[in-house]
Amino acid sequence: MVRLLSELKNGESGKVVKVNGEGAVRRRLFDMGITPGALAQMRKKAPLGDPIEITVRGYELTLRKVEAACVEVEFL
Amino acid sequence: MLKIALAGNPNSGKTTLFNALTGSTAHVGNWPGVTVDKKVGVYKKGKEGAEIVDLPGIYSLSPYTPEEVVTRNYLLDGKPDCIINIVDVTNLERNLYLTTQLMEVDIPLVVALNMTDVLEKNGDTIDVEKLQENIGLPVVKISALRDWGTDELMEQVLKATEKKRTASSVLSRGGIGKAIANAENALRLKDVDSPLFHAIKLVEKDELEVQMHPREAAAVDEFVKINYAIDSQFGLDTEAAIADARYRYITENYSIALKRSKKHNQGLTSSDKADRVLTNRFAALPIFFVILFGIFHLTFSENFLYLGSIIPPLGDWCAKMSETTFGCILFSAEGINTPGTILFYAMDLLTSSIGEWLGLGLEALGASPAIQAFICDGIWGGISSVLSFVPQIMVLFLFFSILEDSGYMARVAFILDRILRRFGVSGRAFMPMIMGFGCSIPAMMNTRTLADEKERTATMRVIPFFSCGAKLPILTAIAGAIVAQSGKGNADIITYSMYLIGIVAAVIALLVMRTTTMRGETPPFIMELPTYHFPRFRNLMLHLWDKLKHYIKKAFTVILVSCVAIWFLSNFSWNWEFLMDEYYLYSDGSFVLLSDLPAGYAVAQENIVFMNARMDESILGSLGMFMQFLFTPLGFGSQLSDAGWVFAVAAVTGLIAKENVIATLGTLSACLTGILVVSEGGDAEVASMIAATGITVPALIAFIVFNMTTIPCFAAVAAAKGELKKGTFKWTLLFWIVTSYIAASAVYTVGQFPWTVAIWLGAATLIGLCIFFYNKKMKANEAKARLFKK
Repeated sequence: MVRLLSELKNGESGKVVKVNGEGAVRRRLFDMGITPGALAQMRKKAPLGDPIEITVRGYELTLRKVEAACVEVEFL
Repeated sequence: MLKIALAGNPNSGKTTLFNALTGSTAHVGNWPGVTVDKKVGVYKKGKEGAEIVDLPGIYSLSPYTPEEVVTRNYLLDGKPDCIINIVDVTNLERNLYLTTQLMEVDIPLVVALNMTDVLEKNGDTIDVEKLQENIGLPVVKISALRDWGTDELMEQVLKATEKKRTASSVLSRGGIGKAIANAENALRLKDVDSPLFHAIKLVEKDELEVQMHPREAAAVDEFVKINYAIDSQFGLDTEAAIADARYRYITENYSIALKRSKKHNQGLTSSDKADRVLTNRFAALPIFFVILFGIFHLTFSENFLYLGSIIPPLGDWCAKMSETTFGCILFSAEGINTPGTILFYAMDLLTSSIGEWLGLGLEALGASPAIQAFICDGIWGGISSVLSFVPQIMVLFLFFSILEDSGYMARVAFILDRILRRFGVSGRAFMPMIMGFGCSIPAMMNTRTLADEKERTATMRVIPFFSCGAKLPILTAIAGAIVAQSGKGNADIITYSMYLIGIVAAVIALLVMRTTTMRGETPPFIMELPTYHFPRFRNLMLHLWDKLKHYIKKAFTVILVSCVAIWFLSNFSWNWEFLMDEYYLYSDGSFVLLSDLPAGYAVAQENIVFMNARMDESILGSLGMFMQFLFTPLGFGSQLSDAGWVFAVAAVTGLIAKENVIATLGTLSACLTGILVVSEGGDAEVASMIAATGITVPALIAFIVFNMTTIPCFAAVAAAKGELKKGTFKWTLLFWIVTSYIAASAVYTVGQFPWTVAIWLGAATLIGLCIFFYNKKMKANEAKARLFKK
């Protein structure tokens, strides 16, 4: 089942299948390790609901929901 | 001397390693054209010294951020003899991603595996030999924090510099590998340095590279279309394919050297536990505001923990102690001073004592009063005003660095991003803005942590609108005088609403900038949340020292010259007459020239004052009269007949430091009325000014607003000049002047003639609509252009 990274609930994990978007945002996602095959776990949302914190490749990364919506994950 | 570059991810311990290698030899400057720190130091151990260049912390060599571009240009054009790539072993995969890019340049490369002590503490192990074999580069285990392995690292570095290294790459497999090899051959024919690096960037369709080699780029495009696109999951998207291939290679060949212990996967680390509380859904914001309050309290409060108020006898005792010469450093009228205020008063005592000694010394030497005043007030006064800021700037900056180094600042951005995004800046901009309430200077210096240049400029421009500590006396004095004169209103409410006006001005300015001069995509907010750790004292101190040096250097050029110039303009008339003189002060505040006193008058020494009671004849005074009409829309211009210029002059002296405004008003009221009044809070001076000029309440409020939003002070201007990108500085000055002018005239006209509110709202709507439709059209055009390109 394919979902967007931004849609995961706290604690849920997914395997990245595709990264959409363009330019700087997309490249930044790649550079930070969000590439196809990588595992991403939703840790929590900020107190005001956005941005989100995820664990990817063993470290914590924060990104906004709009940016996380560029990432398609296969729900595990 | 050997040139060695230090490259690595942010938070990988790069600064700690740099400090460990270079000691206190570091020299901080800027990379040309951008405000990215360039640190250079010398490694002294070993046979031959080596110059170490600390490159900015980056995750990749993409062309999108100034830090990355600076690093790239340095590696290609700066020709270092060796690169040390510092790798955080607790975060191996992402750190090695940069390594796979650094190895593509023809420069010797040594990998320093940092934080091995943390790794071992977690019970994990790393097989260095295996990693070294797979990676094909020398790998050294170090702990920069404990200074382990740094000597061995440098030995390896020296060994590596002895022979040339040809670039290698992890991208040799598959269609991508073929495309790269093809491009590399084409570039080799052109005799390009580091052909492999350029070839990979060409295949990646890197903007900078395509501009540099357009012909080869076209050839690569053709090749990819024909030979590669068909059989790959990424199609023509080579940028994605390359990033993917790098990470894939890392997990397959490098990560296996790391053996994680079982216990690692169980339970929470102490950093996780801290984070649970600090970014908790409900507790995060309250905790943040408590921390913020604590920082302000420890920097600016004169009543430590409010002990003086909680325990009245202690408060009384402190008040008594504060009357003594040295007691005033530790105690105030309310209680015990905090670290920030203790340092402030210590500095104050030092500078004023030196000023006094200077005066006495000059008098003993027989210098004329003009020379004495020039050296004591003009020059030393300028230096003192620079130095008086230093203690609190440094204390505030220290707290800042602690939050930054501990990893909490990244969480602040995480917590607050949602709010600030609406105004076109990220969560990171909150701290510098709030710090503006204390002092603009450390606030501006801290904008360097913002990732995006536009965001940095916008933040720096609105920082002065967060009214700083030095502006408070203007607010309270004028608010007090307004209430006393009109018998209406509440001084505290006026003061608070002025703060609010400042915040509103900041928000409006951000929105306007966002939709006009700073248009464009919101910068991405994709940020690592580093593990929490205790900041290192040595790193903090070195950081602080760097900032202090930077500030003092700027301050002593910009501020000193301007202070001396304004002192000169306000104390000399056009025919070079020195206007300060000795006056005899009667008990009712009126005064006469000492030389005009009737013979035989019983002169009491303490009633003799040396002052400038003829500032109206000064060059600054006549310039003020000349420019008076300019301030008419603000309420303190031509409508005040002959006396309106005084406010202009007070505002000009406020450019040096806002502390001067009320003092100048006092001096000028003496010029106008022949009566010198001095009160503690400054409201008597303002009241006497109101009586002398007939200025209205709305005009007085406009005067506050003008002072609050205009050029903050020369010290802040110096800080802004150091932190802003070249070319934006003069626009920033203009921005402050225009904003303060508009804001103050709006306040005055609406206050004086309420119906004008319709005009202002109409104009604002009109401008808003213009911007809206212009942007809409621009967006449509851009979309069309993009479509056309495709």
